[in-house]
Amino acid sequence: MSATTGLLATRRLILQGAASVALIGLGNLPFAATPAHAATNDKYPEEAFRQKSEADAIKALYGKTAEPSDKIKLDAPEIAENGGVVPISVTTTLDKVTSISFFVAENPNALAASYKIPDGTIPSVANRLKMAKTTNVVAIVEADGKLFSATKEVKVTVGGCGG
Amino acid sequence: MASSIRVRATSNGDITEVQALIQHPMDSGFVKDAKGELIPAHFIQELKFEHDGKDVFVADWGPAVSKDPYIKFSFKGAKKGDDLKISWVDNKGASDTTTAKIS
Repeated sequence: MSATTGLLATRRLILQGAASVALIGLGNLPFAATPAHAATNDKYPEEAFRQKSEADAIKALYGKTAEPSDKIKLDAPEIAENGGVVPISVTTTLDKVTSISFFVAENPNALAASYKIPDGTIPSVANRLKMAKTTNVVAIVEADGKLFSATKEVKVTVGGCGG
Repeated sequence: MASSIRVRATSNGDITEVQALIQHPMDSGFVKDAKGELIPAHFIQELKFEHDGKDVFVADWGPAVSKDPYIKFSFKGAKKGDDLKISWVDNKGASDTTTAKIS
């Protein structure tokens, strides 16, 4: 835990350092772009992506809790040799699905990806995620206003978060 | 510059299956470079697929999505020859857009 906090603190310091260097060296150009982007992209769930634990991230993203469902099929390898690239997919037979999200429980930040599923799109997504170590992968499906989850443990031989 | 987005969208008449591969470092901000300094986070935050002016798939990504991300999904309502517009924006404000023909 303290190691993670240390890492984050260092990262922040470096980012600030990089920012001031850019300010002096390159002028204001890089900064003109960033805030504008933040404003137009206000739907991006910044807060949820910052949460460390899976429970907090789910709460920040959806504001409610999920119940396990056997109507969600979570496909992930038993063992991932390379934690940097773990193929994970989800399909569900639930009706009225509006979003599907992926959480990796013991990553530095649990939320990995969140997908909006508009009407007419099949509730089935395949992607590739990074995993820091052996832990649970949780898929959350939002269907008809309710949250459902499926969980699978993936053993990771080499972590994908570096450091 | 060549597009960072490679897409294949195929329709079987009813359902269009979309596979996309995007070139992006997706740096998490936790990895150190050869000198032991952390590489700042640099990752795609939003990826959007539009068909006929309507979003058919929107992804919000964090840094835990793998380098050179791959995504696969399917949707209804499109036919062969239709355009599918794909665009992404990363945490540094960079972006890319491309349009693919559904085949």
